Amino acid sequence: MAFEGLADRLQSTIQKIKGKGKVTEQDVKEMTREVRLALLEADVNFKVVKQFIAKVKERAVGEEVMESLTPGQQVIKIVKEELTSLMGGEESKINSADKPPTVIMMVGLQGAGKTTTTGKLANLLRKKYNKKPLLVAADVYRPAAIDQLQTLGKQLNMPVYSEGTEANPVDIANHAMKQAKDDHLDYVLVDTAGRLHVDNDLMDELKQIEQNVKPDEIFLVVDAMTGQDAVNVAESFNEQLNISGVILTKLDGDTRGGAALSIRAVTDKPIKFVGMGEKLDQLESFHPERMASRILGMGDVLSLIEKAQENVDEKRAKELEEKMRSASFTFEDFLEQMGQVKKMGPLDELLDMIPGANKMKGMKNLEFSDKQIGHVEAIIQSMTPQERMEPSIMNASRKKRIAKGSGRPISEVNRLLKQFEEMKKMMKQMTNMQQGKRGKKNKKMKGLNFPFM
Amino acid sequence: MSFFKKLKEKFQSTEKTEQVSDKYKEGLTKTRKSFSEKINDLVARYRKVDEDFFEDLEEILISADVGVETVMDLIDELQMEVKRQNIKDTNEVKSVISEKLVEIYQGEDDEEIATLNLQEDGLTVILFVGVNGVGKTTTIGKLAHQLKEQGKEVLLAAGDTFRAGAIEQLNEWGKRVDVDVIKHSEGSDPAAVIFDAIQAAKSRNADVLICDTAGRLQNKVNLMNELSKIKRVIEREVPNGPHEVLLALDATTGQNALSQAKTFGEATNVTGIVLTKLDGTAKGGIVLAIRNELGIPVKYVGLGEQMTDLQQFDPQAFVYGLFADMMEEENLDS
Ligand SMILES: Nc1nc2c(ncn2[C@@H]2O[C@H](COP(=O)(O)OP(=O)(O)O)[C@@H](O)[C@H]2O)c(=O)[nH]1
Ligand SMILES: [Mg+2]
Repeated sequence: MAFEGLADRLQSTIQKIKGKGKVTEQDVKEMTREVRLALLEADVNFKVVKQFIAKVKERAVGEEVMESLTPGQQVIKIVKEELTSLMGGEESKINSADKPPTVIMMVGLQGAGKTTTTGKLANLLRKKYNKKPLLVAADVYRPAAIDQLQTLGKQLNMPVYSEGTEANPVDIANHAMKQAKDDHLDYVLVDTAGRLHVDNDLMDELKQIEQNVKPDEIFLVVDAMTGQDAVNVAESFNEQLNISGVILTKLDGDTRGGAALSIRAVTDKPIKFVGMGEKLDQLESFHPERMASRILGMGDVLSLIEKAQENVDEKRAKELEEKMRSASFTFEDFLEQMGQVKKMGPLDELLDMIPGANKMKGMKNLEFSDKQIGHVEAIIQSMTPQERMEPSIMNASRKKRIAKGSGRPISEVNRLLKQFEEMKKMMKQMTNMQQGKRGKKNKKMKGLNFPFM
Repeated sequence: MSFFKKLKEKFQSTEKTEQVSDKYKEGLTKTRKSFSEKINDLVARYRKVDEDFFEDLEEILISADVGVETVMDLIDELQMEVKRQNIKDTNEVKSVISEKLVEIYQGEDDEEIATLNLQEDGLTVILFVGVNGVGKTTTIGKLAHQLKEQGKEVLLAAGDTFRAGAIEQLNEWGKRVDVDVIKHSEGSDPAAVIFDAIQAAKSRNADVLICDTAGRLQNKVNLMNELSKIKRVIEREVPNGPHEVLLALDATTGQNALSQAKTFGEATNVTGIVLTKLDGTAKGGIVLAIRNELGIPVKYVGLGEQMTDLQQFDPQAFVYGLFADMMEEENLDS
């Protein structure tokens, strides 16, 4: 499955059209063909893609090429900027009512992640804003939907309002409002049942709830993996309700998330939050620029940079990066880097952010549990200093000794050696890529490196 | 022409197939209409088979979530075919388009409906896998109902011990369709639940055990390993088990469905797909790409939230549904 990012795709095109002062129409044509494919592969709606490409073409032709860039890179820069501006600004603020409680309604298709996101929002409201929310179980249709919200309420130690499955969702919402006022709670979060945007009866039910409780926010919750249909869903919900914002869920997956762009384009409503995992603290603000890179297949590089900057010793990191580039990276360095990376959080999460990393040969079967890391460390520690510096001297008897010393099977030693070679290759690829597109804007990328980059 | 006549005749040959295809047509009205209408529109709009024509066709297919690669390949093939047969008129190209699409769905092999691999005697174990919220648990409820109607003794295993309320959800379905559910408490080891359920199924002489699992995104290596472990438990406890590993796919999903099919396939050897939520406006065209690129057959489609809203996937009926208008028109023509 060729999900290479745009950067890869464009590499050859970029090479071809190097060294000109102006972007020509032919350059743009070649580049936009690739951009179009990349966007379609990322699930951006085809109509949105069409408009977008037209706009890029219009802007790019005849543009002066910046000194540090090639014409190809210049086009990418325009693509990225246009994409980012289409994505809107950062708007993770939650409206609040003049008079409490503030009411938030969660709506969307079945299985989008409304209930989990309701729990996450409640958690955020308390943690970040010190507010007291009431969770309202208005999904009376899906079996055990109420149990699900109640379980979340218990985990969060927060009140849940429910009247069982026999009650009418509109009544439930009304009664919950009274309850919140009586108990002096700040927020009312109404979890509604998932429904199809073409189900008129159920859409009417939402309208009624809206009219009754007059929400300050109506969040449309959308699965980030949604395909071309995202425009129909978003358009329809937006027409029938006063949607105030969008929450994109399951973005911790490997989807490129083009739906985000489609939804923005047809509703013009801000994407406020993104769901990044199943745990209740895994709700993050939406970063338009990161999303733009992701859709283009440039990975969530910026998120990585942020994490890296928080935790990595800059100077040491730079030295290591040098080593990587000169391919003199050794097991000794690897060991040290593992230490640094471990500080940044669970490895599989980090790895997920790197586009294609989990599809790389050799990486796929790597388990990134702490236990596994322990094993890897044990193996490396059983190597002699010379072996660590020069893995090429490894032979059967050395491997056997290492296996014995670390208490790991010899097959695991072999696998690590192979993976290390793969990583080195990958690092070289990635550093090349980074260098290739390092313009003024990408200064931040310096010093960023991981054993698997 | 003859191709469509054959297909149509086949459908009219037995009453049973006719029923199936009617149900399909009903369930897929939206898909069928919009899809074939679009192709008809397209044909009507263009007189010449030129580059613009193919670009539009490409968009129609892409808007149905057919994989980008599949679409590109298909367009290439069509262009070649058009050249070979020296077709100039768009009306003529219509049959070539549908023929190629049918080919992608069905491949070279038999035209048979992919049925469940149910054991004649002894226990059949069916494992459900998929990402979060695609409809695993609901489909299990529906399938349990269907099998029970066929007179099977069915047992369910509440293997989603992770998501809040998941055990209760399956339990509720168990009550609805009157089937027992083997469960542990939330947070317990899913492999242990499955193990217990197998022992229970054996001692009760059950015919079918259907195992639910927690939804997981396919890029979570540890969670995928957990799934492989669950499968190994079944393999160890039941000869030739699991007899089916069904991947639930949401028809609304775009290109990521391919990655899901691929990665779940690698971890658990998926034997079939259940395409859910086809009652919405999503076209589910990704099935085409999955069949084409990975060869995994679709076995069922979900067409709603009620226990009867599960239908066997019949590729011919599906294709017939997609192209019914076009075919009828062609019959008139000839
Ligand atoms: N409209 C529609 N909804 C469905 C279908 N199958 C499942 N659902 C709904 O999708 C949501 C998620 O389903 P669930 O079975 O909990 O998914 P799981 O997380 O994969 O087990 C629920 O609200 C189901 O009612 C279907 O075929 N059509
Ligand atoms: Mg479930």
